[in-house]
Amino acid sequence: MKEIALHVLDLLQNSVEAGASRVSIDITEDAAMDRLVVEVRDDGRGMQPCVRDRVFDPFVTTRRTRRVGLGLPLLAAAARQAGGEVKVESSPGRGTTVTASFGLTHLDRAPLGDMAATLIAVLAANPQLKLNYRYRRDGGETSFDTEAIERRMGSVPWGEPRVALWARDAIRFGLAEPPEPIPGPARDKGR
Amino acid sequence: MKSLEELERIRKRAQEAMRIREGEQPVKIVVAMGTCGIAAGAREVMTAVLEELAGRSLTGVTVTQTGCIGLCEQEPMLTVEKPGRPAVTYGQVSGDRARRIVAQHVVNDVVVGEWVVAARR
Ligand SMILES: Nc1ncnc2c1ncn2[C@@H]1O[C@H](COP(=O)(O)OP(=O)(O)OP(=O)(O)O)[C@@H](O)[C@H]1O
Ligand SMILES: [Mg+2]
Repeated sequence: MKEIALHVLDLLQNSVEAGASRVSIDITEDAAMDRLVVEVRDDGRGMQPCVRDRVFDPFVTTRRTRRVGLGLPLLAAAARQAGGEVKVESSPGRGTTVTASFGLTHLDRAPLGDMAATLIAVLAANPQLKLNYRYRRDGGETSFDTEAIERRMGSVPWGEPRVALWARDAIRFGLAEPPEPIPGPARDKGR
Repeated sequence: MKSLEELERIRKRAQEAMRIREGEQPVKIVVAMGTCGIAAGAREVMTAVLEELAGRSLTGVTVTQTGCIGLCEQEPMLTVEKPGRPAVTYGQVSGDRARRIVAQHVVNDVVVGEWVVAARR
């Protein structure tokens, strides 16, 4: 894949296929540690241990049985080639978390790429999915949370092309008035 | 910067359009999003479809996705399903081709024969 964002799209497809209703995507650039960490967490059906142990099977074995997929092996190869690794935490009924790390300045690391295009491709085709995206780097943070927006606005038809493209620009250029978080009990006590 | 006011205006317009079309069967555009599709350019196809639909203010069209359908060498693939018509699957679709498929097939009802890989009832 030419971009890490395309691997993320692939991970999100796995989540959708696993019946997830909520997905969070966390991307962190850590210059001090020279690490780029991408985490995709879903509340889908999860994997049986025997499936989870097989997901990184090398190409030779996966190619013979077409039913075994390429998505995770490709991601593992991309991470390894850039001095990183992929971890999969998953169990039936408890969802799945895939964490991929890369050497931030490694020459063989693919660029992060167009995360906004990735996110709206998933959102437009799965308008019920709750997407929570956060991108952190030194001196900056971007986030986009469909649930936070819907708490302010009521339900939003994310599948409408104009709405999806609005979301793309909001992810790219930021949201003028970020939706407020729900005030939790602990926070209220402190005030 | 984007604002929630703008989203609200877009949503209002979309809701009006939906009211007008109530009861009508939507046209469906399905983009294949397996690993093979994504590696071949499915995301650009999805973006192009959304931009073309938005640019033409087309309503009553639903964009959805599917996984790998086993014709990996034909990816990226896109299927147009119109109510009462055979579903038509296009192969080796690019962003530009996707725009033409929207203009010619979705809007003008003329199948783009040269890129069709399958049609089923
Ligand atoms: N988020 C997830 N939740 C539940 N199961 C998952 C998840 N991600 C992967 N899996 C399981 O691991 C298998 C392998 O995933 P992988 O992405 O490598 O291939 P695939 O999705 O089957 O096919 P491809 O990615 O090539 O289109 C999946 O078929 C699925 O059974
Ligand atoms: Mg996959």
